[in-house]
Amino acid sequence: MAETMTNGHSQGFVGTRTIRPDGVDKVTGRARFGADYNLPGQLIGRVLRSPHPHARIVSIDTSKAEALPGVKAVITRDDFGDQSSEFIPAGEMMMNYKDVIRNVMAREKVLYEGHAVAAVAATSAAVARRALKLIDVKYEVLPHVIDVVEAMRPGAPLLHDDLFTVGVEPKPDKPSNVAKRVEITLGDVEAGFTKADVIVEREFKTAPVHQGYIEPHAALATFSEDGSAELWCTTQGHYIVRAHCARLLGMDIGKLRVTATEIGGGFGGKTTIYLEPLALALSRKAKRPVKMVMSREEVFKATGPTSGATIHVKLGATKDGKFVAAFAELKYQAGAFQGSPVQPGVMCAYAPYDIENVKVIGYDVVSNRPKVAAYRAPGAPISEYAVESVVDEIAKKLGLDGIELRMMNAAHEGTKAAYGPKFGPIGLEETLNSIKKTEHWNTPLRKWQGRGVASGFWFNIGGETSVSLTVNEDGTVSLMVGTPDIGGLRASLAMVAADELGVPYDKVRPIIGDTGSLGFNFLTGGSRSAFSGSMAIVEAAKQIKTELCARAGKLWELKPDQVEFSDGHVRALGASADKFKPMSLADFAKVAGKTGGPIAGSGRINAQGAGPSLGTHLVDLEVDPETGRVTILRYTVAQDAGKALHPAYVEGQFQGGAVQGIGWALNEEYIYGADGKLQNAGFLDYRMPVASDVPKIDAIVVEVANPRHPYGVRGVGETPIVPPLGAIANAMENATGIRFTELPMSPPKVLKALKEKAASGKA
Amino acid sequence: MAKHHVEAIVNGDAVEFLCETEETLLDVLRDTLHLTGSKEGCASGDCGACSVTLDGRLVCSCLVLGCEVGGRHIETIEGLARGEALHPLQQHFLEHAALQCGICTPGFLVAAKSLLERHPDPTETEIRYWLAGNLCRCTGYDKIISAVQDAAAAMRKG
Repeated sequence: MAETMTNGHSQGFVGTRTIRPDGVDKVTGRARFGADYNLPGQLIGRVLRSPHPHARIVSIDTSKAEALPGVKAVITRDDFGDQSSEFIPAGEMMMNYKDVIRNVMAREKVLYEGHAVAAVAATSAAVARRALKLIDVKYEVLPHVIDVVEAMRPGAPLLHDDLFTVGVEPKPDKPSNVAKRVEITLGDVEAGFTKADVIVEREFKTAPVHQGYIEPHAALATFSEDGSAELWCTTQGHYIVRAHCARLLGMDIGKLRVTATEIGGGFGGKTTIYLEPLALALSRKAKRPVKMVMSREEVFKATGPTSGATIHVKLGATKDGKFVAAFAELKYQAGAFQGSPVQPGVMCAYAPYDIENVKVIGYDVVSNRPKVAAYRAPGAPISEYAVESVVDEIAKKLGLDGIELRMMNAAHEGTKAAYGPKFGPIGLEETLNSIKKTEHWNTPLRKWQGRGVASGFWFNIGGETSVSLTVNEDGTVSLMVGTPDIGGLRASLAMVAADELGVPYDKVRPIIGDTGSLGFNFLTGGSRSAFSGSMAIVEAAKQIKTELCARAGKLWELKPDQVEFSDGHVRALGASADKFKPMSLADFAKVAGKTGGPIAGSGRINAQGAGPSLGTHLVDLEVDPETGRVTILRYTVAQDAGKALHPAYVEGQFQGGAVQGIGWALNEEYIYGADGKLQNAGFLDYRMPVASDVPKIDAIVVEVANPRHPYGVRGVGETPIVPPLGAIANAMENATGIRFTELPMSPPKVLKALKEKAASGKA
Repeated sequence: MAKHHVEAIVNGDAVEFLCETEETLLDVLRDTLHLTGSKEGCASGDCGACSVTLDGRLVCSCLVLGCEVGGRHIETIEGLARGEALHPLQQHFLEHAALQCGICTPGFLVAAKSLLERHPDPTETEIRYWLAGNLCRCTGYDKIISAVQDAAAAMRKG
């Protein structure tokens, strides 16, 4: 085989706006999501949840429920063995099986309102609901704590009496609600601040927000008497579900087959397990299939929002605008069990900037709230919101515009990040330049209108990925991947496969395989699935091309260096070129049996070299001084994609992330009463942006190639939610002259701040 | 209590079913008639994923009882494409990449069709307010609005 064997990029589907292969089924209602699967003889499962934010479980009596006609199984903590403490990766975060088992089903205590206590499987939903009312749980109610700062105080109600703060010296001799202290340092911040001409120091607060996927969690399990089981569920990672469930149920991983249904949004919230082990345990006990679907209220009360936090930021700059020292202290709510995204929050806080002296400290704090789950760039929007707010204040103090100041301090190739690495090529400066060139940036504003800018950073990850490419009997190609498609993944990867093999896009059929069809795949998360999947496809295609060249060599009696694969054909080279008609995939498919059997390739990699994606957002808004309502007037996103495999779906990530950020900044929050109960567990009161709340979102795709990816791809999915919080807060300051330091900037808070300002003006 | 016996027209076909009083039209569509294209996102009329038309009026099927629909005409996402051809809205949603996860898409399509039947040439603002009863968490609505605008233009040309 000649060394000129190319990747076949010339054909060029990559970078075009193809129609997604799964599209027609999704516009006709045919696509099957989590709750759309059913099995013959299935039972309906329901969960009994704690009415208390914090209580000891004295006893659970299920006898009356079990006696109800139609009830086929009831499970409690007694149906699961305990787990030892062991940390395992979950998305970009860590989790501990000892906690996972307790979150799935409460053991000694309930730790938040909505915590699962028991579950039933019955012949109908109505019977299941009646059965829940017959379960008698005796609680010893305990004092609760919701706020992160209160939870850190000595004497606060203690959630876990075996939780000792990790990362402090000397090791504490008393348990507390502080699970962990983390710190990163670069240079000497104390010395750095002495060089600063201007220092801004502020405290910020953010509220917990939910991922808000429209599809509630759903699972359908069927357990066989032979100890094997099948599970269909809506998840970002069915291999992860399989591993966790097998562990909690004491099964061999190989005996559990998990199929990821179409997934109706996840944003990180479907990287863990809730219903899945319950459905399996109920099915095992009832010996029938069990289907479970959460209500929206259950989604809000019992699945992970992301952390609310208290953030202290101190940033110093010279009078010329050079950042010389940066400090931050982050206190993140973990929910009932440790594992907030404070670590990535710490690492990202100052990552967009080239600063010599940085110190960031983070605390992971438990309180009586649902355990947080990953949410799009977990931890980063929170810390970067605070930092971007302070950057804006420094710009104002120095009389610089926000883009100028960011340009002067922007991280670039060669910058040493405080969290460790030296950056390769990154595109922050390009995004700032793109924003500066927009008409948007140069449009004048009116009274009560404001403009804000902010940048954002996210690492992106690679990870274990396994794909297969099979050349079918007619020369068409089956592409199997093991990461669920949440937003156009099939389209992006089918284009890569088509280009690699030189076949038309519509001759590649991508399929999301179940856990039995491929080797292990880490989940769709960390902006990794298009990045890693395309790398694995390049490997798989390389195997096919090598194999085809070898087969052609045998057929034509030529040496390997006398044939090559290009433009979808194996061709003889040199003197033999005219003697043999080039063979396409379809030609090989016809003679596959005679030349060695089926033709397939498999890419099995642990993808490395994910490139950070940086972005800059620009927003105009208008404040209504009578109501405090904020209207977003105009919005532009510029972000470095490395290479946009499918530009429309890349833009879609930018636009969707921006609007989630708008919700986070302006409206969304978990509201608790003094009783520790969530007061807004529904879409009416938990107000996510609707179409009439937002304008068009202009998307500028910047492409600074990631040199460690064959197509230059970076991940794109997460960064878009990082800048909006800061950009909107900065625009609010621009519109009102008030620096808002608490999210969300909802109408009551805005109105209060406007009134206070007016009153102080008069005084 | 005995179940209700109901006869109705769904996507042009006569159907009959039995349902409990408490069952919603959405429950009936999904669980009894096996039309799972309408989705349940909230069961409280806030997300619009279950949008259908009832005698031509756009409703959340989670807020209608199954026993209320006797003799009435119901159109769901499954009835949108006519024969082989996709509805122009479906086609433009695909071309614009106006869906990411796709769970809200059936509801948006049913709601948008209902809009265009009343207002063949809506402004962007009119589209945004008409679709304000449908939640989408993935797209930020941008490409959905463009798709509806382009579909409306195509439909006006016939």
